[in-house]
Amino acid sequence: MAKSEVREKATLTPPEKKPPRFGMEADGTSSPAGLIIKIAVLAMVLGIAVWAALPLLADQRWVGLAIVVLVTALLFYIYLSPRRVPAKYLIPGTLFLIVFQIVPVLYTMSTAFTNFGDAHRGSKQDAIAAIEGTSVQQVPGTPEYVLSLATKGDPTTGDIVFLLTDPATKQSFAGTSEGLEELAADDIQVGPDGKVVEAPGYTVLNIGQASARAEDISQFSVPTDRGAIKNQGLSRAFEGTPLRAYDASCDCIKDAESGQTWTADDSNGLFVDSKGEALAQGWKVNVGFRNFTDVLSDQTLRASFLKMLVWNFGFAIGTVVITFALGLLVALVLNKEELKGRRIYRSLIILPYAMPVVAMYLVWRDMFNTDFGLLNRLLGTHINWFGTTASAMFAILLVQLWLGYNYMFLVCTGALQSISADLTEAAQVDGAKPSYAFRTITFPLLLVALAPLLIASFAFNFNNFNAIYLVSQGAPFPPDNPQAGNTDILITYTYRLAFGGAGAQYGLAAAISVFIFLIVAVISILSFRRTHALEEIN
Amino acid sequence: MKRKLRIVRAAVLLAVVALVLSACGGGGGQTSGGGDQTGSGAHLLIWTGGGPGGEATKKLGEAWGKENGVNVAVQLVPENLQTQFVTASQAGKAPDVVMGAHDWIGNLVQNGAIDPIQMTEDTRAAYEKLAIEAVTFNGQTYGVPFTMNNIVLFRNTDLAPEAPSSIEDLVATGKQLKAAGKTSEILALPVGPTGDPYHINPLYTSGGGYMFGQQPEGGYNPKDLGVGKPSSVQAYEKIAALGEKGEGALKRSIAGDNILSLFTAKKTAYMISGPWQFADLKKTKLHYDVSPVPAFEGGKPARPFITVDAAYVASKGQNKLLAQEFVTNYWSTPEVNLALFKASPNVPALKAALEQIKASDPLVVKVADAGRKSGQIMPSIPEMAAVWDPLGKAEAAVVAGSDPASSISAAGKAIQASLK
Repeated sequence: MAKSEVREKATLTPPEKKPPRFGMEADGTSSPAGLIIKIAVLAMVLGIAVWAALPLLADQRWVGLAIVVLVTALLFYIYLSPRRVPAKYLIPGTLFLIVFQIVPVLYTMSTAFTNFGDAHRGSKQDAIAAIEGTSVQQVPGTPEYVLSLATKGDPTTGDIVFLLTDPATKQSFAGTSEGLEELAADDIQVGPDGKVVEAPGYTVLNIGQASARAEDISQFSVPTDRGAIKNQGLSRAFEGTPLRAYDASCDCIKDAESGQTWTADDSNGLFVDSKGEALAQGWKVNVGFRNFTDVLSDQTLRASFLKMLVWNFGFAIGTVVITFALGLLVALVLNKEELKGRRIYRSLIILPYAMPVVAMYLVWRDMFNTDFGLLNRLLGTHINWFGTTASAMFAILLVQLWLGYNYMFLVCTGALQSISADLTEAAQVDGAKPSYAFRTITFPLLLVALAPLLIASFAFNFNNFNAIYLVSQGAPFPPDNPQAGNTDILITYTYRLAFGGAGAQYGLAAAISVFIFLIVAVISILSFRRTHALEEIN
Repeated sequence: MKRKLRIVRAAVLLAVVALVLSACGGGGGQTSGGGDQTGSGAHLLIWTGGGPGGEATKKLGEAWGKENGVNVAVQLVPENLQTQFVTASQAGKAPDVVMGAHDWIGNLVQNGAIDPIQMTEDTRAAYEKLAIEAVTFNGQTYGVPFTMNNIVLFRNTDLAPEAPSSIEDLVATGKQLKAAGKTSEILALPVGPTGDPYHINPLYTSGGGYMFGQQPEGGYNPKDLGVGKPSSVQAYEKIAALGEKGEGALKRSIAGDNILSLFTAKKTAYMISGPWQFADLKKTKLHYDVSPVPAFEGGKPARPFITVDAAYVASKGQNKLLAQEFVTNYWSTPEVNLALFKASPNVPALKAALEQIKASDPLVVKVADAGRKSGQIMPSIPEMAAVWDPLGKAEAAVVAGSDPASSISAAGKAIQASLK
């Protein structure tokens, strides 16, 4: 009996269906519409990849091409395979995270180890080319020729020839790569401005043809015994010689006229002479940890760094605390159902949230104007808001309160409504005062829900560039370090260093950015660890 | 159901193939279109600032392009042109020609962004001597100048018929007018909350101060900083006497954006500004005259800064041949200079152009005369960039009434530290 049961059971189980190799459900899709959308999106991705790959191929940028191919292949594999379901959700966010967060962070970190900035932007070759190029002087006593660009034979492929006319002597020459050759006046035709219009054996180029041969022309020069003749535009040529030349044997620049030598200083990216004076053009070099040690050891930088760090923390924490306090208060008040006109109040409070933040910062800045500002006019005072540190800090925090409390009001309302009313009612029945009930029941539950938002708000305000730069610009400025104002936070100071008037110092600014990143990252990690502790109360 | 699905799949497959092919075609077109730039057509890309001057440059550039069969594109960059140009140059996307102030030259040369220009003797002689000096750096000429501006004293001739002989004279007349209720401010000199060393320079030099010492062969010596020296402190002591705690002629609430309205509303009889105000002043019916900024009594001559706008050839441009031709042969003609002057009333740098406007714009010629007599070319060395911010803030502090000695020596120390 058992045997036939087993055999029946064996025949009753339906045979395993093979998974379809193409079409529906082959890659996990379960509806025709989904399949169409997936194919359309993947087609767009492929189209973008092809569009991006062609210029990379033309410029021979193999690394970029490899990245495009790999990312496209990865996307196709993940979305066309039936299994990789978690990856299907995570891959777009991860890709954007890598592109917009991780790559810029890595690039900034690598810049912090260099002296990238004004006079140190290019490579050593660029600097040498610039030094030699800017040292070309006209050989004294030589004429300024009137030039006619020509070729020997075909305009597109023939050798370049300069047909020159000396305006003083009216003598014409043909300048080739072998030197100057006089042209007899009867053979050629010269225009009224001195330009050679026709010459036997040579084809005079017009602007279009000359422009097509621009690269050959820029590399062409007529050698003479004291230098070379080069063109200046389409109709002038002069004999010049570069006074400064690079000598690879001593790794230095030599000046032919004065005999001075500037030796390459590869640790600073400059050419320096024996007296320590450097040439203007330098190059970008790796300086190791110098930028970081400068921030920590340079007296002026260090004094201002600490001061700004303290205000930075105070500003971020202060903003979060005051906006949360006011937002929570307003949320508590408007949570009462008995209050009439709640909808109107809510709309009025949310309204500033719809205004563009940058414009609001500028409006507030003008309201704080000492002579013409709204605040001074209303209060009848003549306070110089941004003249003293305390009033400037108060002004900035006031603006932050006005701009930020409505966001906190929104999230607090949501969180308050998610707390069951039974809990507070039970507390009331037990005889607890409303403030006690709030402190011990409502508030901890709120924090569980809102802690991540508060941490995020802190991290955002730690680097809130607009709040400081647009409102006070960092004022007031102490006279001993005009770069670092008393209401400057680290990011506005970094911005001034990188893009301010005193020359761009991207390496130093990148180093300070790395410090800021480390500070915010450490605080965020610690805070998120602690919020797990809050979860346990529940 | 299965047949419908097959049709749908076929249709979508067709669409995919079409998309990919069109992307191929588009990509190919893109590269060949890009290749066209350096190919057969002649192109020239010019960057210049915004405003009426920029619009005029656009028209002139396109006219030259049409005449010579070159595709000229003029892009107006109203803000941060210098920074954008250096960044673009470094990224390999530089324009061919860029128009800018002469004090950019030091920074542009140290970043290898512009090429020197060889000027013929005739061309050189056609320009004002100071304009050529301004575009010369380390012995090389870098740009073709087209404007040469400096500040002067604007005077309402109804309220103050005579030009003041000195600052003290100006302040005395201003106070009289204020006491008589005809004006509310003595002088409209822009200071602002962060100071303005450019406009205060005539008073600073008249009081004995200087920015950088001069080299024997011309040009400024970055090692000889004048800010922080006793001469600069003495100059600022005189300026403090005119400030908010002194005569009240200098105020931080007066800044670049309100001096014109103060002058045209007759709230002040005197304004210190530049020829860029002529366009707006023409629209009012104000009776005014210009004269050089007066000096302190018994002091050194008052030397306003001269700023020159010039056209430069970018080192990393794609079409240097045409750029050199445009800058040296077209931009140096009087017709171009006059066209630019008509659009925006800056002092032309070409002597011929200045001659031609003598009859129609005598006030502009007066500005040029003032500049030629006692103007000081604004330093174009890169070290000058480190001076503006600290010195401006120190000036604002001194005008507010703080001690000149401590403010100016602190500013001097801060500048020295950033120059290291």
